[in-house]
Amino acid sequence: MTVESGTTEVSQHPDGAEPRRGFDEVHILWISEGMSCDGDTISMTAAGQPGIEDVVLGLVPGLPKVNLHNKVLSPAMGGEDFLAPFRAAARGELEPFILVIEGSIPNQNIIEGDGYWTSFGNDPDTGDPLTLNWWIDHLAPRAWAVVAAGTCATYGGIHAMAGNPTGSMGLADYLGWDFRSQGALPIVNVPGCPIQPENFMETLTWVLHHAAGSAPPPPLDHMLRPQWLFGRTVHEGCDRAAYYEQADFGRDYNSPKCQVKVGCWGPVVNCNVPKRGWMSGVGGCPNVGGICIGCTMPGFPDAFMPFMDEPAGGTFSTVLIRPYGAVIRRLRGITNMAVNREPKWRHDKAALTSGYDPYWRPTGAAKRERERAR
Amino acid sequence: MTATEARAAERKPAQIVDMSWDPITRIVGNLGIYTKIDFANREVVECHSTSSLFRGYSVFMRGKDPRDAGFITSRICGICGDNHTTCSNYAQQMAYGVKPPMLADTIVNLGEAAEYIFDHTIFQDNLVFVDFCEAMVKSTNPSVLARAERTEARNGNIHGYRTVADIMRAFNPFEGEVYKEALKVSRVTREMFCLMEGRHVHPSTLYPGGVGTMPEPTTFTDYLSRLVHVLDFVKKAVAMNDDVFDFFYEALPGYEEVGRRRILLGCWGAFQNPDVCDYRYETMSEWGRAMYVSPGVVVDGKLVTNDLVDINLGIRVLLGSSYYDDWTNEEPFVTHDPLGNPVDMRHPWNQTTVPMPQKRDFDGNYSWVMSPRWYDRNSAEHLALDTGGGPLARLWSTALNGLVDTPYVKATGHSVQISLPKSEKLPEMTLEWKIPKWSNTIERDRARPYFVAYAAAMAFYFLERAMGFVRAGETKVFENYEVPDEAIGCGFHEAVRGVLSHHLVIKDKKIANYHPYPPTPWNGSPRDSYGTPGPYEDAVQGQPIFEENGPDDFKGVDIMRTVRSFDPCLPCGVHMYLGKGNTLTKLHSPTYGAAHA
Ligand code: SF4
Ligand code: SF4
Repeated sequence: MTVESGTTEVSQHPDGAEPRRGFDEVHILWISEGMSCDGDTISMTAAGQPGIEDVVLGLVPGLPKVNLHNKVLSPAMGGEDFLAPFRAAARGELEPFILVIEGSIPNQNIIEGDGYWTSFGNDPDTGDPLTLNWWIDHLAPRAWAVVAAGTCATYGGIHAMAGNPTGSMGLADYLGWDFRSQGALPIVNVPGCPIQPENFMETLTWVLHHAAGSAPPPPLDHMLRPQWLFGRTVHEGCDRAAYYEQADFGRDYNSPKCQVKVGCWGPVVNCNVPKRGWMSGVGGCPNVGGICIGCTMPGFPDAFMPFMDEPAGGTFSTVLIRPYGAVIRRLRGITNMAVNREPKWRHDKAALTSGYDPYWRPTGAAKRERERAR
Repeated sequence: MTATEARAAERKPAQIVDMSWDPITRIVGNLGIYTKIDFANREVVECHSTSSLFRGYSVFMRGKDPRDAGFITSRICGICGDNHTTCSNYAQQMAYGVKPPMLADTIVNLGEAAEYIFDHTIFQDNLVFVDFCEAMVKSTNPSVLARAERTEARNGNIHGYRTVADIMRAFNPFEGEVYKEALKVSRVTREMFCLMEGRHVHPSTLYPGGVGTMPEPTTFTDYLSRLVHVLDFVKKAVAMNDDVFDFFYEALPGYEEVGRRRILLGCWGAFQNPDVCDYRYETMSEWGRAMYVSPGVVVDGKLVTNDLVDINLGIRVLLGSSYYDDWTNEEPFVTHDPLGNPVDMRHPWNQTTVPMPQKRDFDGNYSWVMSPRWYDRNSAEHLALDTGGGPLARLWSTALNGLVDTPYVKATGHSVQISLPKSEKLPEMTLEWKIPKWSNTIERDRARPYFVAYAAAMAFYFLERAMGFVRAGETKVFENYEVPDEAIGCGFHEAVRGVLSHHLVIKDKKIANYHPYPPTPWNGSPRDSYGTPGPYEDAVQGQPIFEENGPDDFKGVDIMRTVRSFDPCLPCGVHMYLGKGNTLTKLHSPTYGAAHA
């Protein structure tokens, strides 16, 4: 007699594992030498869902083995040791790899002469600095997937704001919006200044599942953002939205009410932060008292400045909603008072007035009895 | 020249090798270190630090609404953006003449305390300590590791590791117990931060005039419960760090010379005292001294000043070896401060950033980082102050000042006593940080976990105050104001890695001039107009080499430990400009074994 119980190690099972159609091992080449504050790397380390160490240590089922090459988290001492995998990939000797770019891409073409805006290591032959643009030109065409981390890399962000001297732009402006990676993926944009930690790790994990052959490509919208993360507005997830609906607006930042009059752009910004919180559900923007300054948006920051003034259009829509909001607020106030009262059968007098019926049956004897009594 | 006294020793004929590390890992931003090392005498004979990024904040801030300054300057740095926002708001509050409600100042203090705990933890345990971990020591000083295996950890009863090597193993990246625990703690402390300031890195609830944070009892309960749960880790970290650093002094006699500089420390003070601070320039000396981290300039162990007005007026921005054109022929923006003191043309209030891209030349100009210096009226020297990576200068200045006196932290004139309440596994503890003998690599690193304890202890104090306000019904957190047509302001704060100032000039309600001076220009500056090297350069130059590898498989761990001890963070250093250049002929670029690649 055989009893199928206990633990069987699948790897030892003769016909256990199915052949996989994806990669078993992948490199992540992360370059933060764009115009950036490195805040997206730091933000990524705040994610616990999943944590970067969970991915690197192989704790998330179904992912390929991941070799992470990120300057901040690298155990390498620096210099050539750190650059080795990047150099190998540029020569076509390291694949497959996912290229992550952090920071805006400066425009090299506006510089006369051989200057540069930002560099990453030196040219081994000449000793001259290698520009970020050189690396993108050499790595992007070989990358299995390209991910832009943060609003700088996706759409240009702060360093591309009016008056900037570097002609900065986002990665898709640089590579072209119809760019396709070796894995046939468009650039995967994860905007946010900085990225919301879990938004980024979740997207990266999806891309890795896709690399492993266990998931379809992540669904992206026309601005190449993950649809499930950026498909709704801040307002739609804001816990102050009911105040808006009731035309109840904060006049300064002391108020728990809707902040649209003091600079919140939530009604028109694609972002899930008030809903998701900043990390592990904690923090956020309008939900905790910060105006939404539109930091995930292609128009950030210029379209939203000056940040602390009411958004253009805010006046009109808040005027429109005022009569409706005022009526609704009053009616709700009345109902609210009603539901704040206790039902009158709760008392300590000698009669039971709660409607209790020990033999209640829809068609039973007690019902007939009651009907007779009427 | 500043400098470390040359060590007298019998010298062998020099065997000099050029070595460079570019980019430096485990820091935020782009930094390259270029050295000449004498392998015969095992010391570094020359060091240049350079960086390679221009973004131009002081350029694109011009003409913007001044209220936007905090939101924009946050983006200077991806790890301490909130320190910038806070500092910008201090400067704006001075310019607008507004004093935020006391609860708002307290919420900012709570946010900043969480930031210090978070940032120092992730930096020390996940970035710096990789240089002291088992895998690294094995590949650079195998004999030291062997000794660590035999050395009992003195504070084992607190942290639970038997030998020093056990601690080093716990620091192995991604695999070691402490490395992983530190990542978790850095998340919990960031949650604490988010409770006060909305988001980390770039906060969402800080405004000039106060905060938008909803000050409910829950806000503070949520913070308190997290704080209590990280205390065990904080206490253990201090004990573990002490064990490892004391071991290094014992195992490698002479290690105190690594990264040693003349004591030239600057601290601009942190944690406003809301009872005293009104943000006015006229009263700045007074409220500066009331801060819960005392400002001060410490030279050769003596406190030269703790007066923020003196500190402000002494700041000079020298061009030296950086790629800029001078501005001293322009009209000054500010000729006198609000007290009537003359303001120098080289002061940030009067600076204009005029980038001049040029070829990198280590004998000429080689950096886009300018050289801020502090002019000491007594000695007529332009001092290349450093920040000791932040904590060293903060603790040193606070200790010497002897002004901080709270139930949790007390400055004694020669030490700082830090009391932490009972936690899950460990009893109540009073830690004492005593002024060390040297300003060197190990003491910069050692000060860091002590400052984590300091910030945690102060957080308890701020929590008590915040709850006091809330329970008394004083829940206002924002004060309104008008932006004036013309005004000036300055803010002084401590970014995690050291001194931070923002200087602002408003004309026609717009920003006419804005110059942030974060710690990295102070620490990472190149040689100035007087030929004085910047602190990284000065600390590395002349330092002995203890690594056992020869030139062929040299990793440079002693040099990297020194550079990282300053907590280098380049995005703030290079908010100005970086241009073209090339490397010196390079014989060898060191690498670290592939075991952890
Ligand atoms: S605070 Fe902002 S996001 Fe929330 S309801 Fe008001 S406008 Fe919408
Ligand atoms: S709510 Fe607005 S400010 Fe906050 S993260 Fe989203 S887009 Fe940025």
